[in-house]
Amino acid sequence: MTDEQPSFDPDHSVGFVETQFATLFESPNELVLESGAKLGPITVAYETYGELSPEKDNAIFVCHALTGDAHVAGWHDAKDRKPGWWEDFVGPGKGLDTNRYFVICANVLAGCKGTTGPMSVDPATGKPYGLHFPFITVGDMVAVHSELVRHLGVDRLLAVVGGSLGGMQVLEWVARFPDQIRAAVCLASAARLSAQGIAFNVVGRRAILSDPMFKNGEYYGEPEGPRYGLALARMVAHITYLSEVSFEDKFGRRLQQGDRLQYNLEKETEFQVGSYLHYQGKRFVERFDANSYLCLTHAMDYFDLAETYGSLEQALGRTNARFLLSSYTSDWLFPTTQSRELVSALLNRRKDVTFVELESSKGHDAFLLEIEPLQRMIEPFLEQTRAGQ
Amino acid sequence: MSSKRFCLPDPKAAITDELLMQHIERGSRVIDLGCGDGRLLQRLRDEHDCSVQGVELDLDELLACVARGVPVLRADLDHKLDGIPDDVFDYAVLSQTLQQLRHPTTILTEVVRVAKRALVVVPNFGHWRVRYQVVWHGRAPVTSELPYEWYNTPNLHFMSMRDFRDLAERLNIEIAQELPIIRGSAHERAWLANLRAESLLYLLERKAVAT
Repeated sequence: MTDEQPSFDPDHSVGFVETQFATLFESPNELVLESGAKLGPITVAYETYGELSPEKDNAIFVCHALTGDAHVAGWHDAKDRKPGWWEDFVGPGKGLDTNRYFVICANVLAGCKGTTGPMSVDPATGKPYGLHFPFITVGDMVAVHSELVRHLGVDRLLAVVGGSLGGMQVLEWVARFPDQIRAAVCLASAARLSAQGIAFNVVGRRAILSDPMFKNGEYYGEPEGPRYGLALARMVAHITYLSEVSFEDKFGRRLQQGDRLQYNLEKETEFQVGSYLHYQGKRFVERFDANSYLCLTHAMDYFDLAETYGSLEQALGRTNARFLLSSYTSDWLFPTTQSRELVSALLNRRKDVTFVELESSKGHDAFLLEIEPLQRMIEPFLEQTRAGQ
Repeated sequence: MSSKRFCLPDPKAAITDELLMQHIERGSRVIDLGCGDGRLLQRLRDEHDCSVQGVELDLDELLACVARGVPVLRADLDHKLDGIPDDVFDYAVLSQTLQQLRHPTTILTEVVRVAKRALVVVPNFGHWRVRYQVVWHGRAPVTSELPYEWYNTPNLHFMSMRDFRDLAERLNIEIAQELPIIRGSAHERAWLANLRAESLLYLLERKAVAT
């Protein structure tokens, strides 16, 4: 989501960590994708924090959102500009307390941070897949996560935790592997992306596809990829992660330089808000791949739990997991009404469900930023789950 | 505040929990609306083998529920209980909460929608000491334990036993049982109940629709 910079406190961080790699779904056990295609072997980039208990009852899987990666917390090396994307929430004494829990996070299938995706080399051609990478769904991502968990020797997770697209993975996990998890924590998410959400993804993809440097996805090895298209996609998406109030609070109508309008049609970043969005776009291009962005936004658009499983009740009804759901008052991308639909289905199936709508002006990104209430909720929830409640 | 002054029953009183426990069948599915810290639900789960669900607006109280392992939904009882399906609970509990809501009719309609039976505990404004106090001293009743005055009390509505009956009738809700609570214990029948009961426990049901 947005590039908010968390503060680094060496006493309360997992410190230096390394991304690890696992090779799964090797021939002849390729993964059969939801589209029907087969894919394998699949490399998975993942990180772990904390220690797995001898009883193996303290493992928590974190599912990252659209543009996240396996690097949830800590630092790769001293030159890193920033720690992992959920540094404030994962670490010793934090919401996901690495003194008590073994935390796993993996880059999603079709991602661009080490897990097999469109940047990987297609064994059939010896060239990067690009747009020939198979169509990936949220279900396919979860199939890979689930296999990784088994590969790490964990039979049952204490919890799966995720927000936004990560929350969709949590719900899908419940539906696909109902016995593999004891608790599902789904933040600022929904059982399907709204038409409005799809609309923004359509615009983002159009920006990439219409960039002349996109070259039908075969831009690897070229001096320049579809930088402008990808940056524009990010700028549009970024607007959906904030709220009207957070834009007002952050920027208002303040100008970038001086306090006078310049009456210059060529000036693109006269307002601070414009300058900020341009900056976000620029930074994003440095760390993300356009083909991967196309794959992942498509996966998000396709996600519809009720459609896939017949109804939400059928999708969520087979598990004995406990549920913790949260929504945020100013989130218009995944509004509270969508969380309530999940609550309703869970109550119909007599599930143990806790749902909290939290006050925040920060929009969809609130799940990454409003750490304090989240920590206060999740700590006792995990404790009770582990105690067998 | 004068110590002689009559006080409405404390909503947190454990004595009410005991009464409610007696009226909920073992193994039932129970939703407590305005469940506070989840104390009653925890007992129903642990001692009566009930499947429980809380509803609470206050975040601190709600977190206390989470710490007890009691599942809880954050919701404002002055609005319709969106997200809670029809008829999924055996019992809905609304204990010493009705008088604190701005829209008592909304919640009364909702309790009999989400549950087959509702247990509603309300203070009785018809109690003789309330009447005496209002008439003789010209003072409004306040809650016993809490330092509220009339201008900051959470209790917004005062009703008597007779008032409650009228409202139930108007909302097409059946009063299956009406138990006056006198000095902390519920009675099947009581002489001059509207004068003597400090609270009332109602067992409510939806009226059967004539077919």
